[in-house]
Amino acid sequence: MDAAIYRRRKMTNRIGLTLSMGAMALGLAVLLWILVVLFKNGFAAIDWAMFTQSTPAPGSEGGGLANAIVGSLMMVVSTALVSTPIGIFAGVYLAEYGDQSKTASLTRFVTDIMLSAPSIVLGLFVYAIYVAQVKHFSGWAGSIALSLIAIPVVVRTTENMLRLVPGSLREAAFALGAPRWKVATFVTLRAARAGVMTGLLLALARISGETAPLLFTALNNQFFSTNMNAPMANLPVVIFQFAMSPYDNWVRLAWGGALLITLTVLVLNIVARVFFREKSAH
Amino acid sequence: MSLSATPDKAPLAATQVMAVAKRQRLQDFFFHKITWLFSMMVLVALMGIIVSLFINAWPALAKFGPEFLWRVEWDIVNEEFGAAIAIFGTVVSAAIALVIAVPLSFGIALFLTETCPVALRRPLGTAIELLAAVPSIIYGMFGLFIFAPLFAEYGQPALQSTLGQMPLIGPLFGGATNGIGILAAGIVLAFMILPFIAAVMRDVFEIVPPVLRESAYGLGCTTWEVVRNIVLPYTQKGVIGGIMLGLGRALGETMAVTFVIGNSQRITGSLFSPGSSIASTLANEFGEAADFHLSTLFALGLVLFIITFVVLSLAKILILRGEKAKGSKT
Repeated sequence: MDAAIYRRRKMTNRIGLTLSMGAMALGLAVLLWILVVLFKNGFAAIDWAMFTQSTPAPGSEGGGLANAIVGSLMMVVSTALVSTPIGIFAGVYLAEYGDQSKTASLTRFVTDIMLSAPSIVLGLFVYAIYVAQVKHFSGWAGSIALSLIAIPVVVRTTENMLRLVPGSLREAAFALGAPRWKVATFVTLRAARAGVMTGLLLALARISGETAPLLFTALNNQFFSTNMNAPMANLPVVIFQFAMSPYDNWVRLAWGGALLITLTVLVLNIVARVFFREKSAH
Repeated sequence: MSLSATPDKAPLAATQVMAVAKRQRLQDFFFHKITWLFSMMVLVALMGIIVSLFINAWPALAKFGPEFLWRVEWDIVNEEFGAAIAIFGTVVSAAIALVIAVPLSFGIALFLTETCPVALRRPLGTAIELLAAVPSIIYGMFGLFIFAPLFAEYGQPALQSTLGQMPLIGPLFGGATNGIGILAAGIVLAFMILPFIAAVMRDVFEIVPPVLRESAYGLGCTTWEVVRNIVLPYTQKGVIGGIMLGLGRALGETMAVTFVIGNSQRITGSLFSPGSSIASTLANEFGEAADFHLSTLFALGLVLFIITFVVLSLAKILILRGEKAKGSKT
């Protein structure tokens, strides 16, 4: 009787654990498979011309992604410049004044929603408030859309990192007579520097691969352009258009571009992790 | 340490101290207001999204009324629009994704917290987190170029000859097997949200106090029983919150879906047939849309935003409750 129960319990346990191991194996296998395919097709596509030439016209041979790479870089950099101060200030507010105020708890809730809001809707929003008003697509519009994605990431990591700073550090500064703004900027923000940087890097990683919000904002540009006030080529949208196209060289370039952004995103992520671990160890 | 150390400066006169204090109070006031302003900007942005979507969607909403939600029609030429087809595609593909991703991520989280050798825990956990960062367009390309052809050749015929023969659910697996369709989109989505859900589940599994776990083991529970009867009940809310977070992602995902869903504006009884989701419709049609068509696309966007807003709010509330419960029990 007891032996039967034990046997059944052991069996259940074994089945459950085997299935869980199977799930891990399947998950890793599929995800590895995706990376292997990406690297194989991507590396086959990467050559010097990809970095020096602009996107080819339909049906023409060769071509590269130079305009898209430059466009993406410009948009990501301007997004970083816009969203860093906004995100950090808002994060400071939430961490320093956030306990008593209604605005803060509402903002916290809203940023959490925006963190995973559908990015395509943010694109629609920027189209409605900016593109439709000035009546042309532009790199700036793309930057605004990307900022809307990046800011919540920066806000939340800044707040969380500031909250990790020990209260005694704040109290010590207050006891010395430091005003609140000095405590926030010169003491807590400085102590949480590594974590805040990590948040910025993660935000950059997040926006580097975003496609959907750029479809209706930056659109695309077949030619090399550094004018942020005009439609601007960018890697994700080029990949989207080229991958769905019937031309072989376009599809090849799409794989090359896909590998480029994946590598960028992974490197940013790894740097953020290593950076955070090293700095916060001290 | 002696407290009577001589100050290197003469003490400030009372008026000077007052002046400094006044200046600092002013600075503090501005600092408070400035940071408050930035935090309000984030709030205003969200309100702005809802308001601007609503204004732009108004012509379509005014014409079709609430009927817009269940009209099965998408006729651009005659300007007859309904959201039902896109909502159907969105909800069904996300549901398929959850059905596949939830058990798999539960297994992964269980493995990472209970059975995995300690030395492997960190690298495997980091691998899962990194994979959550891979841009969704990569999943889309993979789905279109690699998964769809294989699925058409092996997966769909196999499903057709097994599940397709069963009564009731048989017709779900009927029709042409060309690899692209709602089911394919659901499967690609599943693997996209898998790392998210697994990462959240692992995190909440780890907050279970070791004492609870160890007591259960001490009573002679097997690992499976510990997870089933101790870990899962304890982390229930967090787990559901994590699943809802994954659901939110799946509902709003554009790129991974657009590549493989087939982009056809109709509903059929078969999961193999091409369909479209709200996000894929937006991505495909927005560029060429004008006037009234544009307004209906905004209405679609509004519907999507409201759906995900509700799902994400629920997820947030559940996760918060889970954390509170944790606080009160320990």
